[in-house]
Amino acid sequence: MNEKYLKPILSPLIAIAASLMVGAILILLAGANPLTAYTALLQESCFNYFGFGNTLTKMTPLLLTSLGVLVALKAGQFNIGGEGQIYLGALGSTLVGLYVQGIPALIHIPLALCVGFLFGAIWGAIPGYLKAVRGVNEVITTLLLNYIAINLVSYLVQNPLKAPAAPSPYSPLIAKSAQLPIILPQSLAHAGIILAVIVAGILWVLLVRSPLGYQITAVGFNPTAARYAHISVERTIMLVMAVAGGLAGLAGASEVMGSKYRLFEQVSPGYGFDAIAIAFLSRGSIGGVILTSLFFAALRSGANVMQRSAGVPVTVVYAIQGLTVLFIAISLAVEGKRQRE
Amino acid sequence: MNDYLIASLRLAVPLAFAALGGMYSERSGVLNIALEGMLLTGSFTGTAITFYTGNPWLGMLAALIAGALVGLLHAFLCVSLYVNQLVSGLAINLVAAGLTAFLARLVFHGASTQRLPGIEPIIIPGLANLPILGVFFQQDIFVYLLLALVIASLYILFHTSFGLTLRAVGEYPQAAATAGVSVKKVRYLAVMLSGSLASLGGAYLALVQIMFFTEGMSAGKGFIAIAALIFGRWHPIGSTLACLLFGATEALQLRIQALGANIPYQFLVMLPYAIALFALLGLAGKSKPPQSLGISDTPKR
Repeated sequence: MNEKYLKPILSPLIAIAASLMVGAILILLAGANPLTAYTALLQESCFNYFGFGNTLTKMTPLLLTSLGVLVALKAGQFNIGGEGQIYLGALGSTLVGLYVQGIPALIHIPLALCVGFLFGAIWGAIPGYLKAVRGVNEVITTLLLNYIAINLVSYLVQNPLKAPAAPSPYSPLIAKSAQLPIILPQSLAHAGIILAVIVAGILWVLLVRSPLGYQITAVGFNPTAARYAHISVERTIMLVMAVAGGLAGLAGASEVMGSKYRLFEQVSPGYGFDAIAIAFLSRGSIGGVILTSLFFAALRSGANVMQRSAGVPVTVVYAIQGLTVLFIAISLAVEGKRQRE
Repeated sequence: MNDYLIASLRLAVPLAFAALGGMYSERSGVLNIALEGMLLTGSFTGTAITFYTGNPWLGMLAALIAGALVGLLHAFLCVSLYVNQLVSGLAINLVAAGLTAFLARLVFHGASTQRLPGIEPIIIPGLANLPILGVFFQQDIFVYLLLALVIASLYILFHTSFGLTLRAVGEYPQAAATAGVSVKKVRYLAVMLSGSLASLGGAYLALVQIMFFTEGMSAGKGFIAIAALIFGRWHPIGSTLACLLFGATEALQLRIQALGANIPYQFLVMLPYAIALFALLGLAGKSKPPQSLGISDTPKR
């Protein structure tokens, strides 16, 4: 393979190997066989029909949300609020799925997706506005908004949106016409993954091939210089934050419309935080985001099987994910240092 | 009323330790989003050691050391390797969350511990019965330690040469370097201190307040501490007062919940976050961070 293509993926690969190695030590500590555990993980998440479907299902929200983080990152904005934006998006699409009835799926599905996008976009635009106009650090505002969103959804599914006689807090089923079709029969894989990949393609064109993408990157590189080039830095920041929120909102919408068909308290088990890691690890490349979110999704989907078949606690996977981020950050830093020297 | 004040103060303590820790790190120019992970590390190490030895004081000591080690890692990544400080902080949070949850299952044979021997408050007879002020005379030793640390930090930061150096490193590292200060050494020290203090806050949370460990028990307190730090303008007294405000909000929330008032508890849980958000809004443009905060010192050529 050409060195140009090999080099950027080499250090992340070494980092992943290193974190799997530390993970193996943890698995040994838990009294299990790492080889059995990893085989189960790989087998179930990639080479088993149902398991692969499950991986695709988990990849959908991860991919959409990390694309959002990436867009913001291009303009130098750290969107740590993916989690909250997912919740808002899920809420938006649930409302459309519940209260708009009797329209064909051809209209209902796009409408629910759009409202999900919109709800997430609003949740992202708030910190964007605060950053652009009032100079409030977006890292902390997006973080705080996460907790507000999670509690808001929790309140709604326990009170006004709670399904009648439901044993635990969740909303009624959304209309059939708002449900995304399953793409691999007998599995969990739904059309959300196709949507996510199309969105990735559109973003690539937008970021790499359009003047708007150039504007965003210019603001990210040097806001002062961008201002001289008559780019409105404030508007760009608000735009990317809204888009970032919207993409995470779409992730929430696809969770509701494609896999749960209702609003739950725990719409997202931390996809928003994984997305931050994925976006950073991909070093600004959309292809990288697709690969990394597939990797994280495989870890998540294989984790439960690993617990069942090898007796390894699911939490080891979270530790491995954290370590991967840590090691990749180190490897990128070391590489950067070598280049500077 | 007295009970309410006591509760507010107690709930503010872990936040205040973390915020004070964050202050040292950020005053030296190193962003510390890792406070959340450091709190969790402290909670876990504190309970694990207490679980094995039955001695909560040893647990506290272990938390201090573990926190310093996490600080060392953060400093190594940010200061020596020039990793983006935000990324390093987030990575540490992820690892801490995953690793403590995993180790908790291993060490405690479950996701959480049983009730542990805690640390009881010291009640000073007589003074404790004073109205309002009495609140300060019936606390555990860590509340007194916190008050001492706030005053000491105030003195250290603004009246010692170390404080001057620390602030110089956070504002103009190049100038400090020219004056013969080792920017790296100061930052390492500040971030390790930061880790110890935040970790102590976590151990306090587990060993004094809740008296057991459960995965993810820091529940966003590290981020609230960061908000308090910004709200308090990176000042020891300011950020401690901000923590008291958040503590009071949390106590109010628990109180209203206990009273069974007709307000959904989720809105009460939201309250500290919403207040933090509005607090930041009101401060916009007024709260100025240390100038080189978040910027990894570029290597000299």
